Amino acid sequence: MPTRTPVLDDRAIGRALARMASELVERCGGTEDVVLVGIQRRGVELAARIRGLIEQSSGARLGFGKLDITLYRDDLQAIGPRPVIGETSLPDLDGKTVVIVDDVLFTGRTVRAALDECADFGRPRRVLLCVLVDRGGRELPIQADIVGGSVTAGPRDRVDVLVSELDGRDAVELVRAD
Amino acid sequence: MTRSAVLGKDLTGLEPLDADQLRLILDTAEPFKEVSERPIKKVPALRGKTIVNLFFEASTRTRISFEFAEKRLSADTVNVAASGSSVSKGETLVDTARNLEAMRIDMVVIRHGASGAAQFLGDRIRSNVVNAGDGKHEHPTQGLLDLLTLRDRFGKLAGLKVAICGDVLHSRVARSNIWGLTKLGAEVGVCGPPTLLPRDVRELGVTVLPRIEDAIAWADALNILRLQLERMQAGFIPSLREYNRVFGVSRERLARAPKDLLIMHPGPMNRGVEIDSDVADGEHSVILPQVTNGVAVRMAVLYLLAGGSPDWHHPGGDHA
Repeated sequence: MPTRTPVLDDRAIGRALARMASELVERCGGTEDVVLVGIQRRGVELAARIRGLIEQSSGARLGFGKLDITLYRDDLQAIGPRPVIGETSLPDLDGKTVVIVDDVLFTGRTVRAALDECADFGRPRRVLLCVLVDRGGRELPIQADIVGGSVTAGPRDRVDVLVSELDGRDAVELVRAD
Repeated sequence: MTRSAVLGKDLTGLEPLDADQLRLILDTAEPFKEVSERPIKKVPALRGKTIVNLFFEASTRTRISFEFAEKRLSADTVNVAASGSSVSKGETLVDTARNLEAMRIDMVVIRHGASGAAQFLGDRIRSNVVNAGDGKHEHPTQGLLDLLTLRDRFGKLAGLKVAICGDVLHSRVARSNIWGLTKLGAEVGVCGPPTLLPRDVRELGVTVLPRIEDAIAWADALNILRLQLERMQAGFIPSLREYNRVFGVSRERLARAPKDLLIMHPGPMNRGVEIDSDVADGEHSVILPQVTNGVAVRMAVLYLLAGGSPDWHHPGGDHA
């Protein structure tokens, strides 16, 4: 039986997001020309929350987009087509500071796909990566700029991020393979 | 060869598919609509796949639609038309396809005049086969784009009444529509001269509407089939003028309908025969949205067929 251990609870996630939001503003040198791009699905929810926090504290409006990277994956043959592809909707990215937001950073392949997809929509001035959890295990030379928390997970373990919008509660849990 | 987890190796028709598979194709087509609106209308999903469009019958819309779908998925495509190829020197279908396979292709999109040609080919080659119309049998991607267009406009297909009007007897579009619509819970009516309705059409679970006025009074949507002009010479109808007078869909006839009807046509249209111009160009016509949806459903079908062995739970899951 796989074992499930909590990594972050809802309050810890709230604190992490607040810290990520202020770090993001600092790293971007303000809020001007910043576009948050969430990766489907839970990255979108997290990006929306970070945007809410920044807009609340600064009063500024941030650009916002959603990205589904399924069609840019490099492993269609290995995994078979995903049942349903999520929505992609991006504002103009030319000259913008794009912050890609995802729930978990693992191999880096999703981020590679997201970078390729963004490049087909425009030419951002700069791209940053913001993730709630870095679980290690990179297969590409990709690192996050803003990280909520880290956990050491084996290659066969799973890190589940639950968000109340989709899952009814906020939590990060490590699911150890047996 | 890849064998799709959800569709199998080939798409030969809508008859072999179940409702879940049909819904999956339509749901997968939704995000592909948006790809065609992007500044760069291309995603790398089928990069490295080679697709041959093998067309033994004339076709403009379907061939171009497939070609756009393939190119927007980054596949490499080759078009083979029967005229001007070794087919006109007497080569058999299987030999043609095997020669193409010897050049290491991944998929064949076939249009052929013989009913069952796509299945015949699919059973004999390793590549995925997509039926782009075979004789009087099926034209599954046309059926799918009609389903998608209806679902776009009405929000659902269950309970919808769709009348297919015209030459149902010779129409593969009609057959694919009947299978797809009935499996998804829509009601189908057929309307046309008795000489152009299949004798056993009721066995497909459809309502026969003898007059175009009956179809207009009954339906939520009309799918008006092209009257192939050579049918007149073959004696199925007395004259095109009479056909238009009795079965033509005109604004005057539609004005008597209890509600506004959605107007569909698979093209190419014979204006003034099965459909009048002011209906074809009218506010309830979705003939051009059908064409737009055609690219999206073809992308969905190619994408789903190209997917490899199923392993939904591979390590890393969503976060790979």
